[in-house]
Amino acid sequence: MAMLELAGLRKSFGETEVLRQIDLSLASGEMLVIVGASGCGKSTLLRIVAGLETPSAGRILLEGRDITSIDPSARDIAMVFQNYALYPHMTVFDNMAYGLRIRGLSREDIAHRVDVAASLLGLSELLGRKPRQLSGGQRQRVAMGRAIVREPKLFLFDEPLSNLDATLRVRTRAEIRRLQRRLGITSLYVTHDQVEAMTLGDRLLVLHQGRPAQLATPMEVFERPADTYVAGFIGAPAMNFLPATLTDTGTAAKLEAGPLLQFADGQRKASDGTALIVGIRPEHIQTNPAGIPLRIDLVEPLGSETLVHGRLAAPGEAALVMRLAGRAPESDMLRIEFPAEDIHVFDAGSGLRLS
Amino acid sequence: MNDHRDPVAHVVLVLGAILFVAPLWLVFVGSTQDSAAIARGDLSVLPGNEGFGVYAGVLAGPVPRMLLISLGMALAIAIGKIVISILSAFAVVFFRFPGRHVAFWLIFITLMLPVEVRIIPTYSVMSDLGLINTFTGLWLPLIASATATLLFRQIFVAIPDELVEAARMDGAGPLRFLWDIVIPVSGANIAALFVILFIYGWNQYLWPLLVATNPNLDTIVIGIVKMIAVETQTDWSAVMATAMLALLPPVVVVVVMQRWFVSGLTEGEK
Amino acid sequence: MERRTIFGQRLLPVILVAPQFLLTLIFFLWPACQAIWSSMTRQDPFGLHSQFAGLDNFVELFTDPLYRASIGRTVFFMAAVSALSMSLALLLAVFADREIRGRTIYRTLLIWPYAIAPAMAAVLWIVLLQPQVGILAAWLSRHGIAWDYHLNDTQAMLMIVLACAWKQVSYNFIFFLAGLQSIPRTVLEAARMDGARGWHRFRTITFPLLAPTSFFLLVVNLVYAAFDTFGTIQALTQGGPGKATETLVVKVYRDGVVNLDIGSSSAQSVVLMIGVIGLTALQFRFLGRRQLT
Repeated sequence: MAMLELAGLRKSFGETEVLRQIDLSLASGEMLVIVGASGCGKSTLLRIVAGLETPSAGRILLEGRDITSIDPSARDIAMVFQNYALYPHMTVFDNMAYGLRIRGLSREDIAHRVDVAASLLGLSELLGRKPRQLSGGQRQRVAMGRAIVREPKLFLFDEPLSNLDATLRVRTRAEIRRLQRRLGITSLYVTHDQVEAMTLGDRLLVLHQGRPAQLATPMEVFERPADTYVAGFIGAPAMNFLPATLTDTGTAAKLEAGPLLQFADGQRKASDGTALIVGIRPEHIQTNPAGIPLRIDLVEPLGSETLVHGRLAAPGEAALVMRLAGRAPESDMLRIEFPAEDIHVFDAGSGLRLS
Repeated sequence: MNDHRDPVAHVVLVLGAILFVAPLWLVFVGSTQDSAAIARGDLSVLPGNEGFGVYAGVLAGPVPRMLLISLGMALAIAIGKIVISILSAFAVVFFRFPGRHVAFWLIFITLMLPVEVRIIPTYSVMSDLGLINTFTGLWLPLIASATATLLFRQIFVAIPDELVEAARMDGAGPLRFLWDIVIPVSGANIAALFVILFIYGWNQYLWPLLVATNPNLDTIVIGIVKMIAVETQTDWSAVMATAMLALLPPVVVVVVMQRWFVSGLTEGEK
Repeated sequence: MERRTIFGQRLLPVILVAPQFLLTLIFFLWPACQAIWSSMTRQDPFGLHSQFAGLDNFVELFTDPLYRASIGRTVFFMAAVSALSMSLALLLAVFADREIRGRTIYRTLLIWPYAIAPAMAAVLWIVLLQPQVGILAAWLSRHGIAWDYHLNDTQAMLMIVLACAWKQVSYNFIFFLAGLQSIPRTVLEAARMDGARGWHRFRTITFPLLAPTSFFLLVVNLVYAAFDTFGTIQALTQGGPGKATETLVVKVYRDGVVNLDIGSSSAQSVVLMIGVIGLTALQFRFLGRRQLT
């Protein structure tokens, strides 16, 4: 039995439909990352699972039990808030103990749970301090501690790293992953950062305007994105998109810029002449002395590699970004090729992957 | 303005300080002098030779009782007003109930009616309720005005949503949330308001004057005004000593809690 | 201002609001309605019978030269007290804002008078200016000035203006100081670099930036002068000599409590009510702020 099941979840605020038909199943111990741009509905989805919002339609089942209309505090779910939401007047200990006290646990039980969580998070020395005496990273850990002591069936993370500086973010990211694995608690993690998504998730749910664009493992999302949105969202710098047309009875794409690209993985089920979008990631574009000319506009040296921004020849003058190992090229023109095994083919009308 | 040596500023401020300290000093001095000397016009600038003898005499009379009445009144007003204002503000901010807007506006109207404007009809209401000449009558009508409610409303509205949600997920219901979280978090404001209301209550004149004809219920402020009412018979040093006693609690409260109370007063402006 | 996170209960909030609501009903609205009703009645000399008189009381009020004189007197008094109190407070606040040694001590010495009851301010001014007892009074008579505010109208008015303005300075000082401190340092530094100095900088930068504070205080001071000064005036002159210091609020008291003319006093209360509502509405319109007691 799945630990968490969302069936037909929908949410509208008045006229605006914010979530359309979300279905998913989470296995016990799995960490699912919900990722998407701001406004895509990911926070709303999380809050619905938490019970802080009610869905317009659909059901939520936790370990088989329908919790759709149950009060947040009775769902056996714990949440880590984006701004931590620590009780400012209570010590770290009291912050973590608060929910347990309300539930009527004995003093010994509470002390034990808090101690265990505190040592797990490196907070043992800080139990007597108040939030204002803590750094951002420490506060974040207290927020996690508060969730951990509840020993819930489900953890919800609402963009917990967005208020930390870059170095702390990287470190804390790893800590969260280690902790979640160790405790084995099923988790839903919301973020707009695709790096967090890729590194933290057992699976990703990419949301686009309230709609699930793809639900798959990180590698699958990266290697076989379901549509142009997912393709452009995951991976940085973003995938290059070139307009093209299907030809040769579905076995090749003719770029608007001219060159013909043969597919490495067989025929596409669509008629010739279908408008296409061909995608290729910056790191997959290769140099080839016999290749297509790329006129270089801008060069960004990153040290270990260089980002080259350029344009293909007319018509269209499609813009491209490519990753070149080593130093910037001397001239202002480069000859490149698109290896057949690295191109992604999407239907131009729907944006969906064409197979 | 980073001038550390600023003679003009010092002069101005010293003069200002003198303007506000001199009368107090003179009253203190007068309280240590012989009454007859003062009545003759010989109020000295330095403490006199009666020492604290006058105080002994003053404290033997009705003054301690009056001080107690004032204290009781000030505390009742401060605590009473804070309690009902917190409850009202909490209800109006954190719930949607029928009549919410009506309740809010009615309470809001009270801002516009200082007690001096409604003295006579309020008196008759008190009379109907049998509250004339009672201790309750001294403070009850004064705790209804909405100034504190509006302040708390402003504060409660600003409490971050996430805090409310976290408490909710921890299982706290509204009353628990109020007691465990809202009130402690508003602590500084409550302290400031306490000072302001205590002073307000202690310094009341018109209302206690009306409501209590029984001298046993005189507040210290009323007591003093009565003492100077007939100026030819006034025992001046006793008046001054009583005045010092009357000023002591409010001044101590203001000076000791100065930081909170100033920020509480000016917070409403930000 | 509304908030997103609320609780679902419906009965509980009604219970919570009830105490304040009831008190408001009993001690505000009911008396206010009664005042309005009484203001439209006339009582016979024995207080046994009252008769509806429409707006007669009001007409009588406004055609009464004594009432009109009282209005004039009160307006003058309000203006004088506000102007004197605010300008002195501003002056002190400007200097107290500077970074000089002993700043906190000066501030404490200027703030403490907030604790003084209006009626007590009278006592404090008596030691200065009471004809027989006051130190300054003695000094004045030594220099040939006949000082007795129990006899001289102008001196009486002067006395209450001084005492009342004095009492209010610390309240204004607190707000002006806070207002000055809320002006960003960088703005003043930019002005300085632009060449604005001293008085000129104050006039063109500081004072305009204090406008919201000033307006707020003006309304507060006017209301203070109109109402809260009752204690001071009553203690010092009781409205005398004659009617020289009888402001509107003193008159309400005298007519209503001393002379038991309910109709006239209620009418006067209603007039004052309208005045306060007007002032508060004005304050709200422009600032959305409210004073604390």
